[in-house]
Amino acid sequence: MDGQEGHGRCGGSGGSDVDCMEAVRQLYVYLDGELTEERRLEIALHLDECGPCADAAGFEAELRAVISSRCKDRVPDSLIQRVAAAIAAEEARRVPSGRRGDDQEGAPDRSPGRT
Amino acid sequence: MADRAHFAEQAMAHMPALYTAALRLTRNPADAEDLVQETYLKAYRAFDSFSEGTNLKAWLYRILTNTYINSYRAAKRRPEVTDVEDVEDLYLYHRLAPGDGSGRSAEEEALAGFTDDEVKQAIEALPDVFRIAVLLADVEGFSYREIAEITEVPIGTVMSRIHRGRRALQKTLAEYAQARGLVGAGPAATA
Repeated sequence: MDGQEGHGRCGGSGGSDVDCMEAVRQLYVYLDGELTEERRLEIALHLDECGPCADAAGFEAELRAVISSRCKDRVPDSLIQRVAAAIAAEEARRVPSGRRGDDQEGAPDRSPGRT
Repeated sequence: MADRAHFAEQAMAHMPALYTAALRLTRNPADAEDLVQETYLKAYRAFDSFSEGTNLKAWLYRILTNTYINSYRAAKRRPEVTDVEDVEDLYLYHRLAPGDGSGRSAEEEALAGFTDDEVKQAIEALPDVFRIAVLLADVEGFSYREIAEITEVPIGTVMSRIHRGRRALQKTLAEYAQARGLVGAGPAATA
């Protein structure tokens, strides 16, 4: 595909061993913070030197932020209540002799010394 | 061993995130609610096997995605698309019209213009494995390692699914941008 060489001519001759094609190829992993520190620095250096790559990286980072912020939903109160009730019912099934409602500190069956 | 008496106070805080994920997975509010409830019940019952201090959110997500795959996906009757056509890197970026120097660029317009519904639909249009990967990475911000643990596949597979999923997502978003007239000939578009 031709798309990746669109800005291969940044003309940078600085210290980075990374060229545009490589930077674009690694861009997702870079933005995900999943590169080794050495590799991350190489990409960062290239982005410092290369305007077109920096612009593309900036766009991808912003796109990620947009996707994350637009993908939100309000939890219906009815669902919160439903789940709370279901857990409470489950809890009631587990406590022996129906001793619910006592305000005792700590659960009677907590094992000591465990983390 | 985690104490069930403390389950609610720790786990309920994650419900908004889990509900959003359930909606994207099931594409249906009623199923999403059922999935969330089932997830919380399973989590409650299994809470004594959860190690306090470890990643509760990831643990809950594993229960959610496994429950979805085992209960809800299996129940679907229509054949499931399992792969995406892969497109090049920077697919959307390369298609947005170059600016003329005045006013807002097509990039800014495109980003500002995507609605909540468009983003949600674009994610929901992805086949399951890619949808799960993009949800976990981009909506929830889990690391590759956490996603590998949640989905129980190798990290290499996780990376591949995230990257392919993102590119497929961009293809859908590009269609929305095109409908707004923001897609130009582009510097890299060669017929």
